[in-house]
Amino acid sequence: MGIALRSRRPDESALVASLRAGDERAFMHLVEEYTPGMRRLALTYVRTPALADEVVQEAWLGVLKGLDRFEGRSSLRTWIYTIVANVARTRAVREARSVPFSSLAPADAGDDEAAVDPDRFVAEGHWSRPIEPWRRVVDAEARGVIDAAIARLPPLQAQVIELRDIEGWSSEEVRNVLNISETNQRVLLHRARSKVRAALEEYLNDDG
Amino acid sequence: MADLTCKELVELVTDYLEGSLSRRDRKRFEKHIDGCTNCREYVAQFRETIRLTGTLREQDISREAADELLRVFAAWKHGEA
Repeated sequence: MGIALRSRRPDESALVASLRAGDERAFMHLVEEYTPGMRRLALTYVRTPALADEVVQEAWLGVLKGLDRFEGRSSLRTWIYTIVANVARTRAVREARSVPFSSLAPADAGDDEAAVDPDRFVAEGHWSRPIEPWRRVVDAEARGVIDAAIARLPPLQAQVIELRDIEGWSSEEVRNVLNISETNQRVLLHRARSKVRAALEEYLNDDG
Repeated sequence: MADLTCKELVELVTDYLEGSLSRRDRKRFEKHIDGCTNCREYVAQFRETIRLTGTLREQDISREAADELLRVFAAWKHGEA
């Protein structure tokens, strides 16, 4: 998906020219390529699928209106996703104001968050009990567990793992879209992956 | 140079996989997993987690959403957006 388009990067100026000229097919190609991922990203900012759909639509309008300003310094997808992130952030802030019990600002990169529950180690830092191999499951079954685990992550961690491990982006692209440092990106990614692994462990070690 | 403990190692797995550990720390990491079955299994599970996460498929865009975006596009094209 995204990776294929990236390798076609040299053609992007032609694609942008087609869009500027009002080529509907070029637009729909782009829409089909990016909308699903844009929607997933939007869902890490806003609460409901309906809101995510609104964010995506507003972002596409932003893309069209901003086309003349796109200079090709970043890839088209980085530019598009940056617009999504900005629209979604604005929307999330607005929603937070209207939701009293907002949990919008949980720790994203607090220092005390361990990759593995400290109870799993003895005082000397060795495992307190063995790491059990996982039972085999079909990927589809594991996907449900992963999806639920990602939905429970603090927003920035969810955003980083979405872009890095689901979309398969480079750390540089992710940093640019989310406007975070390289170190922060790696810390967030590690926490997200560690929690997803823990969720899989809980599920895959349960022999019941 | 002190050996890594298991508790320390689990904090370094992403750095290791990203190739962002120093040469020295990379060697400590590899020395540890050579001798520790549990951590070897842990790193294998971590890699499997990344692989499985990569198989998450996004829902295709719905017909209605695509139609709506086409209307947005047409309006923009005609200078109404």
